[in-house]
Amino acid sequence: MQELINRAKELLADGTVARVLGWKAGDLPYNPEPAYFEKEEDFADFVYNGFCGANLSKYMIEASKLEGKTLVCLKPCDTYSFQELMKEHRVDRDKAYIIGVGCKGKLDIEKIRAMGIKGIKSISGAEIEDEAETLTIDTIYGEKSCAYKDAMLERCHVCKGKDHMIFDEIIGESKDTKDADRFAEVEKIEAMSPEDKFAFFQKELSKCIRCNACRNVCPACSCRKCVFDSNKFDSSQKANVDSFEEKMFHIIRAFHVAGRCTDCGECSRVCPQGIRLHLFNRKFIKDINELYGEYQAGADLEPRTPLTNYDVEDAEPGIVAERG
Amino acid sequence: MYKIAKENLTALFQKIAAEQELYLPVRNEGQVNFAAWSEDATVDIDTLKTVKSPKDAFFPQSETLYTCVRDGKKINIEPEALKEQDFVVFGMRACDVRGVEVLDKVFLVDPLDTFYAARRDHGTIVALACHEPEETCFCKVFGIDAAEPAADVAAWLIGEDLYWKALTEKGEALTKAVADLLTEDAGADETVEKEKEAIHNIIEQLPYTHLSLEGWNGDVTMEKFDSPLWDELYKPCLGCGTCTFVCPTCQCYDIKDYDTGKNGVQRYRCWDSCMYSDFTMMAGGNNRKTQKERFRQRFMHKLVYYPANNDGMYSCVGCGRCVEKCPESLNIVKVIKAFAKQGGEK
Repeated sequence: MQELINRAKELLADGTVARVLGWKAGDLPYNPEPAYFEKEEDFADFVYNGFCGANLSKYMIEASKLEGKTLVCLKPCDTYSFQELMKEHRVDRDKAYIIGVGCKGKLDIEKIRAMGIKGIKSISGAEIEDEAETLTIDTIYGEKSCAYKDAMLERCHVCKGKDHMIFDEIIGESKDTKDADRFAEVEKIEAMSPEDKFAFFQKELSKCIRCNACRNVCPACSCRKCVFDSNKFDSSQKANVDSFEEKMFHIIRAFHVAGRCTDCGECSRVCPQGIRLHLFNRKFIKDINELYGEYQAGADLEPRTPLTNYDVEDAEPGIVAERG
Repeated sequence: MYKIAKENLTALFQKIAAEQELYLPVRNEGQVNFAAWSEDATVDIDTLKTVKSPKDAFFPQSETLYTCVRDGKKINIEPEALKEQDFVVFGMRACDVRGVEVLDKVFLVDPLDTFYAARRDHGTIVALACHEPEETCFCKVFGIDAAEPAADVAAWLIGEDLYWKALTEKGEALTKAVADLLTEDAGADETVEKEKEAIHNIIEQLPYTHLSLEGWNGDVTMEKFDSPLWDELYKPCLGCGTCTFVCPTCQCYDIKDYDTGKNGVQRYRCWDSCMYSDFTMMAGGNNRKTQKERFRQRFMHKLVYYPANNDGMYSCVGCGRCVEKCPESLNIVKVIKAFAKQGGEK
């Protein structure tokens, strides 16, 4: 982390960048927040550890409008989102100085809480330099510990790899933390009967409180004004009286980001009700892979993508095509 | 003071539910929220905080107010019936109970909110003391005692028993209704006193317990409103509604129409959030155009505007749900601390 801070200060001092977008230490051991650093003394609060899961690429939409370059810290998986935003002309590459920061998997405080660990006073083993495989958690109710792996965000178990897709320089080592099959859960759902499928999604989505956190955090959801924010629309923004209408929100959103979703997992990370929203997106990713060939959104800057390109050999899935 | 063995709680719930509706913390797909009790519900009263506060019991996230149906040239208006059946909310916490008190000061004053008032009239609250408070809790800052909730019935889960003490007439009535399941215990007072002491001890160790609210009151509107700190504090805010929707005291709502087809309209109200871009949208446009203004509104409301209108009472109860749930880890504690730090540097 010190190397990152030193380099950031250097780039700020020599005028290469006007500000640094990173994370500021929180007031609990696990709640750092995204923050801008503009002066040398601001860095006293700078932090980069296992709890810096937030994907900063979307903040670059606003930062691209500011005077001068913004140094942004991106983890390997965040760089996919950044490239996707570049493709959509939502961020300005020339306004960004990208430091690819090392990542060995990010932590999910909800997973730690689910283990019954509470009254947390301090957590060790979450520092990025640590090779520790165990988190030691000091709580009011005694010392607890858990495997780093067991406290990782879901997305880290299906890590896309340790390489940054775009960067100006890299600081820190990364680790591929993949230990699960990305589509295993999707396959399980695909194998369900239509009734069971409906019941499954009904159960998950009935937890939704329409806080819109999934949409607002999503780098693929970058419309200036979302259709759900229109007051001329029956299902606008807030909870509705009709539960079916309500659930359409997530399905529409999944369709809208299909082919552009990099599977960064932010939607599932931020959902206060623990809805596994990534499952929707992964179904689309799986289908795209099967119908158009392996494709990873954000892995390159190629403007033509499976769903925005056409050729006569294109797959034509669906009942209409089958019927002829 | 009465007690009931934990293993008999299901019998207690059955008994209550036979006579009236019963809402209590239920685990569904990994999340604990207040929901109607049923035989197959997975009741979870050990989890300290439900994701959403229990305010839904009195002020549901969304409710129909009336329905209109066009019949030829006539329009029939069917008002929604007010709550007429008694119900019990079991397992609220001291902070949540104070949350209801905050809502009362909004909905039970002129003009009376009849939907809310009917629910308050028919609802009985059984609140649990917090056996193991967590690091995100700061109710003591607002003068709330997590060891002794001020509800209709206060209850303590200690070891294998639940201790039960009626505090109001409604509480007495409920106690009478379930009396055959409760036993009087001469030693209960002592046991409960010990538990309270243990809870107080833990609360003293919590990181937010000694948070100072100095400088926050109903008389500082302009000073706080104009502070340059807001220019920085709001920046990571995504403008989602998580903090407002998990909050036990946020009370803003919107009234909207839902097209039910067949020439019908359902007029409903649903929670709104000051974080949302169309909040307070009116004919002339929106009076809070930026996220900074929206972000500022929420904290000004909790710590300045509400106290200004309610004899100094804050409309934050220190439940810490926003601390746990904000996607970018922003919250009211950080805001209070940022202002305190700035004050110290002057």
